[in-house]
Amino acid sequence: MKFRLKRRRLGQLMFVSTVAATTSNFVEKSVAQTPVKKTTPMLKSSIPETMKVTLKVNGTAHSLQIEPRVTLLDALREYIGLTGSKKGCDHGQCGACTVLVDGRRVNSCLTFAIMHTDAAITTIEGLEQGNNLHPMQAAFVARDAFQCGYCTPGQICSAVGLVKEGHAKSDADIRELMSGNICRCGAYPNIVAAVRDVLEGKKDAAV
Amino acid sequence: MQPFNYKKAGQAENAVALVAPDAEASYLAGGTSLIDLMKLNVQMPKELVDINPLPLSKIEMQGNSLRIGAMARNSDVAYDAIIQQRYPVLSEALLSGASPQLRNMATVGGNLLQRTRCYYFRDTSMPCNKRVPGSGCAAIEGYNRIHAILGGSDRCIATHPSDMAVAMVALDAVVQTRSPNGERSIPLVDFHLLPGETPERETVLQHGELIVAVDLPASNFAKRSHYLKVRDRASYAFAMASVAAALDIQNGIIRSARIALGGVGTKPWRAYDAEKALLNKPANQAAFQAAANAAVAGAKPQKYNAFKVELTRRTIVKALATVGGMA
Repeated sequence: MKFRLKRRRLGQLMFVSTVAATTSNFVEKSVAQTPVKKTTPMLKSSIPETMKVTLKVNGTAHSLQIEPRVTLLDALREYIGLTGSKKGCDHGQCGACTVLVDGRRVNSCLTFAIMHTDAAITTIEGLEQGNNLHPMQAAFVARDAFQCGYCTPGQICSAVGLVKEGHAKSDADIRELMSGNICRCGAYPNIVAAVRDVLEGKKDAAV
Repeated sequence: MQPFNYKKAGQAENAVALVAPDAEASYLAGGTSLIDLMKLNVQMPKELVDINPLPLSKIEMQGNSLRIGAMARNSDVAYDAIIQQRYPVLSEALLSGASPQLRNMATVGGNLLQRTRCYYFRDTSMPCNKRVPGSGCAAIEGYNRIHAILGGSDRCIATHPSDMAVAMVALDAVVQTRSPNGERSIPLVDFHLLPGETPERETVLQHGELIVAVDLPASNFAKRSHYLKVRDRASYAFAMASVAAALDIQNGIIRSARIALGGVGTKPWRAYDAEKALLNKPANQAAFQAAANAAVAGAKPQKYNAFKVELTRRTIVKALATVGGMA
């Protein structure tokens, strides 16, 4: 219980500090970006800068004014402030950005936010059930299924999708069907154990 | 990434009407290949027409054929009960490709049109005849371990990366399209082009022509089929060599055979000579080895990919032994 509270407080602090850092850097950033824009041959006048996009994330509707080229990952992190989903490779190769769109796991870095105005998006921040961790989150804690934690939100969202898909029958299946999520620390054995626990119905092992 | 205009299309005819007249417009389906390449500035469409709302994701029997809608997701095709039962090679090929997340996004039409993984194609600081016609090929004199040994030209040796298309080529699949000129059917084996002098042209599609479905005809070989993929790691990697194999064996004699290769050809590679070598032969190791030899008889390996010739042979023999029940 203590552990959970600490983690949540840490998350809140990180969120606040991100917002603060973003605000204070704004002037600096916009100045720094000016020359970049000049060197890029583009901006035909017919191309709109931004469009209104409403995203339903973790049950809450967010109305954003963004360019069509903003990926779902960037919309979540940079515009909505949900920084749980991580940007690893930004090319669909590492799985750190995995979220659930209408219950299906996808790489949020390889899809535009504007494509998902009719969808229900679930991120790591939306998995918690009331005051309880999602069983997969609890299993990751119980099995110590991470080291640095950077890939963990993507691993957990991916594992939740895997369980829902219902195709994993063995540890070999789990490894194969989790292969879209890379863990540089090499926590794979414990990740497989955590996913196996949930598949076998061992709930809330950590609490 | 360069900015672009975005539109959504709800019907195929609207989508075609939006893309066909504009040379700088492109369809946006699963996005897994296109958005990746847009981030690299390899593809820079000025207008994207999102075709995800199109009602083209059904998988259903049409007479004796199975029609797979172009917007069906790779994962849905792979786990479809009819496909698993009647066309196992296709299910296996799909499940050997990409990751579960990518398969949930990627579509059948998009998979046929995915671009090569040649490093030089993906790197805008390097010459590439496919990306910038006439700029040269960095792969032929460069690091070409992953490149093609079949179907290359002195302009391009990039492989086609799809697993799905290899299985479909073996299954005599037919691509259904729609354009301002109407509808047409294209046998998949004729759909992709060899690079020749124009590696920038990869398929017979005209600009704005939309893939609406892929048909799999009924056959006497598809049920006994298998996809074997060899790669640098156990999962989630492109093929070094892959084989789609299907056999109809009656009383120990091969009555029809299909062999297609991935990871070694500049297009999904149908190995007709290997199929011929199997026809009316007893299903045994000698026949499989003869087929494997025939498949790579025309191979032109590069400096770093000569290993693919023997790898392809062995992969073919192993796949055929599995299909023949001898593995």
